[in-house]
Amino acid sequence: MAAVFQYGVARALSDPNLKLAIDRTTVTAERKRAAALADYPQFAAARERGTAIKDHVVANLDHYLEEFERNATASGAKVHWAADADEACRIVLGICREAGARRVTRVKSMLGEEIGLPHALEEAGIERVETDLAEHIVQLAGETPSHIVWPALHKTREQVSALFKAAHRVPHEADTVEAMVESARRELRDRFLSAEVGISGANFLIADSGAVCVVTNEGNAELTTTPPRVHVVTAGIEKLVPSIAHAFAMLRLLVRSATGADLTQYTTFHCGPKRPGDRDGPEEFHIVLVDNGRSRMLRDGLREMLRCIRCGACMNHCVVYRQIGGHAYGGTYPGPMGAVLTPALEGVDKARDLPHACTLNGRCQEVCPVSIPLPTLLRGWRDRSWKEGLVPRGVRSGLGLWRFAAERPWLYRLGTAAAVRAMRLFRRGGWIARMPFAGAWTRYRDLPAPAGRTFMEQLRDWERGR
Amino acid sequence: MTANPRGTEQCPRVGLFVTCLADAIRPRLGFAALHLLEAAGCAVEVPRAQTCCGQPAYNSGDSRGGAALARRVIAAFEGYDYVVVPSGSCAGMIRMHYPEALAGDPAWLPRAEALAGRTHELLSFLVDVRGWRPEGVSLAASATYHDSCAGLRELGILAQPRALLREVEGLELRPLTGNDVCCGFGGTFCVKYPSISNAIVKEKAVLIEATGTELLLGGDLGCLMNMAGALHRRGSKVRAFHTAEVLAGMGGGPAIGEEG
Repeated sequence: MAAVFQYGVARALSDPNLKLAIDRTTVTAERKRAAALADYPQFAAARERGTAIKDHVVANLDHYLEEFERNATASGAKVHWAADADEACRIVLGICREAGARRVTRVKSMLGEEIGLPHALEEAGIERVETDLAEHIVQLAGETPSHIVWPALHKTREQVSALFKAAHRVPHEADTVEAMVESARRELRDRFLSAEVGISGANFLIADSGAVCVVTNEGNAELTTTPPRVHVVTAGIEKLVPSIAHAFAMLRLLVRSATGADLTQYTTFHCGPKRPGDRDGPEEFHIVLVDNGRSRMLRDGLREMLRCIRCGACMNHCVVYRQIGGHAYGGTYPGPMGAVLTPALEGVDKARDLPHACTLNGRCQEVCPVSIPLPTLLRGWRDRSWKEGLVPRGVRSGLGLWRFAAERPWLYRLGTAAAVRAMRLFRRGGWIARMPFAGAWTRYRDLPAPAGRTFMEQLRDWERGR
Repeated sequence: MTANPRGTEQCPRVGLFVTCLADAIRPRLGFAALHLLEAAGCAVEVPRAQTCCGQPAYNSGDSRGGAALARRVIAAFEGYDYVVVPSGSCAGMIRMHYPEALAGDPAWLPRAEALAGRTHELLSFLVDVRGWRPEGVSLAASATYHDSCAGLRELGILAQPRALLREVEGLELRPLTGNDVCCGFGGTFCVKYPSISNAIVKEKAVLIEATGTELLLGGDLGCLMNMAGALHRRGSKVRAFHTAEVLAGMGGGPAIGEEG
């Protein structure tokens, strides 16, 4: 895993297009979020309320899950329970087979990515049509999302244009964003109408009505969930809120934090299948509630992570994400929230680097709309990986040696006095450009040479001189 | 050296935590801190048992090692009215993380909490606790300011250094775009993931140069060494000082990486 991460990082850092693409989106996102918050002075209070709502739901998860199931069932939905990713995929594939589906349309859903649904559908020979514009791009490129709000954030519009020209039946001619969107619309429109099953995620599950809330900015969710005969929702169990009022309280936080808008273009509540007299809607409405490690996170000291509403603000404001992009993280979820979630979902042994590749600067926590203490949770994973012997031997023995001295002030004084003198052998002027054991620093930066005698050594003279 | 060993509100006894980086790399910063604390009317001592606050261990996942060093620092400093540290990062470690690191140790937790409550970063201590402002300090130069993350977010240090620097005659402070964005130092992060750290600090260096100022100031030596080292590698002429040095009238001396 360490080698895979390092490889991903090296690849990302050497790709100027990636940096350009990341900056275009995240810089704008940061600016728009800041403007949205400036226009919404109640944000701090809303954030406190949102945090309290999520904490309340997580503390009473069993109660709200049962309430949701009861009300969803009463509305005519069929509720399924999946303990893990495999079971969730099996349930969805079972529904697709039952419906005789050859083609399914899908609305962007990070939970779907998490459980490996795109892959499972392909394995089962079912044609998968991604209807979110960015997911469509990612699908054409044979990639995975690199951001939880903008899956194709890693691609520049120039790259997208080339991709569409190569893949679309009637590609655009003018290289404008509008023409490219039109090209995607032509490509997707007839498929929307010919799918047997539409699959969506959920932004919120409303316990007291059994309704499912899905937000998009493209309207593709409505076209995915209404025309097909069957609508399947896959949702993590942490998506519950007690009532629609609570969903709106969370939406105020989610949308501003994600895109800086007051509200998404489309905010749709789905409640049960088509009823007699309804003009449209699916005949069957399935909701697959997925645990996939979430109840384990509750027990494992990651309770606060279950507040996450997937807004992406933490990654937009993360200095590491903004350099390496989402793919280098290697999991479904990138950035700070991904660095907490991926070890929980895949095992810290498989994602050891993620919690360590962070400067603990705290900006992610500062912008998180539900106050998740991400640095604390990341530090928790570092503890775990230290205890489980996953920290590289070099780091471990280096720190061990340093600690041995740091616990013995007399030895530490001797050691530092010797070290600063040794370091000065490598200086040119006041700087060290290369030095043994300092390559990780000096490969990229010059190192200020020590003054010659330590503070503690100089202090004796200073005191004598008083 | 202790003028007033008992300590009073007028002349509190302050234990100076020099920090391992200042001790080894930049002793001038330690002396600047000594000077400022005395100027602010404190009786300053430098406990000889200090080494490092333990952050490298704590942030690497070695919570036992971090706790062991935390106990040593507590034992060495708990006799003072205040612990003052010329670094937001190390002060934040003592204030915010010692109680976490010793949460499972009923004998030490109250001591950790007591020390945390009396520990301050130097610049914020001068302003918030001592109400001190520099007098007769001048430095004819333009400077920009980087707010190091731990000081900014863990301790809320933003206004204090600026309030102090405003009193330095001849010093012109210009805003830095992204002054609150991490420079990529991150303690051991910068040597564990050097290529990422470099990519971050390169962007920071460009923004610093764009201010057109002669000086870069900050309150954390680690971050300053990172930014100064990146600036120097680029051939930049921007010189870096810890704010305490400027306030102590040492801004005419060698900057970080200059011989003196």
